[in-house]
This record gives sequence, structure tokens and C-alpha cells, in this order.
Amino acid sequence: MGTHDHDHHGHHHDHDHDEQRWSEVELRVKALESLLVDKGLVDPAALDLLIETYETKVGPRNGAHVVAKAWSDPGFKARLLENASAAIAELGYIGRQGEDMVVLENTDRVRNMVVCTLCSCYPWPVLGLPPVWYKSAPYRARAVREPRAVLAEFGTAVTEDVEVRVWDSTAELRYLVLPQRPPGTEGMDEAALARLVTRDSMIGVGEPLRPGEA
Amino acid sequence: MTTAVDLDRLPAIPRDADGPVFREPWEAAAFAMAVRLHQGGLFTWTEWAETLAAEITRAQAAGDPDRGDTYYRHWLAALERLVKAKGAVSDAELHARRDAWDAAVRATPHGKPIVLQR
Repeated sequence: MGTHDHDHHGHHHDHDHDEQRWSEVELRVKALESLLVDKGLVDPAALDLLIETYETKVGPRNGAHVVAKAWSDPGFKARLLENASAAIAELGYIGRQGEDMVVLENTDRVRNMVVCTLCSCYPWPVLGLPPVWYKSAPYRARAVREPRAVLAEFGTAVTEDVEVRVWDSTAELRYLVLPQRPPGTEGMDEAALARLVTRDSMIGVGEPLRPGEA
Repeated sequence: MTTAVDLDRLPAIPRDADGPVFREPWEAAAFAMAVRLHQGGLFTWTEWAETLAAEITRAQAAGDPDRGDTYYRHWLAALERLVKAKGAVSDAELHARRDAWDAAVRATPHGKPIVLQR
């Protein structure tokens, strides 16, 4: 693991004393990781694969695929709303923590928004890793207390006749919002539709892009 | 993303722009360790979520503004706490190994691979 470490930590090089330093938190991570590897509790290759998967392969793209398919395939949409875990598994996206997925459909009357008030439970298999703001205390607290104000800050105006429902994720239950299909997308295929689906629209704080914005 | 324009108006909610969610490599390492240890059966995901939530609550009580940027620090502290509670790694082992890495890093000239002397 030596050369790998150096690439990541070269910026701590001290030019005056020609001595490298790692930050305290880097030392703690490396201490824990190397002990776990020595004890056979984690496999370093598996760690690297997991990081690569979440950083580059998952992202919100899996979720965008799910949403685009629901927009273009009524049968899939019905299955998705009935049993989201099973429908999402049809596309090959399987939860790693054994959590159940629930898909929440936005309509003209109801708007759904997802939060985890305790920490940051998040549907990783479909959305990748959570954004920094999702993990922040202000979002976690305010999403419940004043969801309309938070939505407005995200640029999403919700009129008074629309009900806003806030869903609190748990370790066992994760939510994915199915946003409304944007107008002007008639005739677009699934791949083109998927490019309109943003991460924020699947958390429920934003809208999908319009054709031409993608 | 359409979010960039709102960044300056939002002191309360730190935003990103669909970019990488790990800001530094150690954050990714800490994330991956927890997931793999869970998959290996050391703890349930519910145990993990509870430990992490408790750590965040503790940090907030100690004055952390908790804007998301300190999230993986809490993640790491929770992970250390849980692996010690499970008896997988002891506090003494963690300290000794931390000191060994510190010494190894300092003793390694820039540009050379860092290795632990054992």
C-alpha cells in the first residue's frame, strides 16, 4: 500500500525539514485500516473496489435509470410503487445493507421530500453517496420544521394547494422520490429521459431538468 | 446542475454540485471500512446507524456546528468506538499503530513509499 499512500499524502510534505506529516485523522484511519487488514477483518482489494464503485459507478445514475424507466413503462412504475425493492432489483440494483426501498410518487397535489433526521441514511444503491448538505444538521432539522422554506432555497417553489410530505429515512427503510415527468418530453426514450433526472429531484428538493437543459 | 446560482444565498445549507462526495481519500477509506465490516458480519447496519447517530449527537452537544463537512470525522469516531466495543481492535492497538504510522511517515523522504517497520 506504500506508493498508494504517498500519492494521496504528498501535499503534507514539509519543504523546510524534508519531513512528511499526516494529519491526525489520516493517521487514525490508516491505523484502523492496517489493523483490520492484519486481523483479516477486511480485504484491502475489496475496500478499493467498494470505494471505486461508490465514487464512479453508482452516483445518482442508477436512480435516474429507475425513474426514467418508470416514466416510460407503466407496468414497471406500478411494480415500483407496489414493491420498490423488488422492482429496483429487476434492474440489477441490490441494496447492500438489506434495507427496504420505498418509492414516493410526486403528483400535482403531493410533493415528497426525503431526510434522515438522525444521521444520513440514504439509498446508496440508487443514489450513490449522499451530498454534503444532506448530512448537515441544518438540512436535517429544517426539512422537518419548515420544508417549504427549504424547498424554496433549493429553487423549488411549492404553492399552498400542494401538500408537502417529509419522509424520515431509517437504517431499515430508504426512500426514493419519483418526480413528475417534465412537460415536452413526449417521445423521448429511456436513455434521454434518464439524463433529465437529477439527484436532487430524487431526494425531493429539486425538479428534473427540462429538455434542452440536460 | 441548476443549484450553483443559489450557493451564496444559502448559509444554512452547504451545497455541492453533484461533485465527488468524498473530499479526501481518508473519508472514502473510513466509509468503505464500515461497509465491509458490516458485510463481514461484525455488526448489523442498525447497530452502525445507532452508533453513528449517537456520535453525531455527542459532537453537536460539544459544539460542532455539524454542517456536513465534519461528517466523516464522526463516522470515523463511531467506527473506532464500535470495533472496540465488538472487541475486534483494542484502544492500545490503535494508539500503537497510529504512532507507528506517524514515525514511518516522518522517516520517509518525500517521493518514497511509506512502509511500516515491523
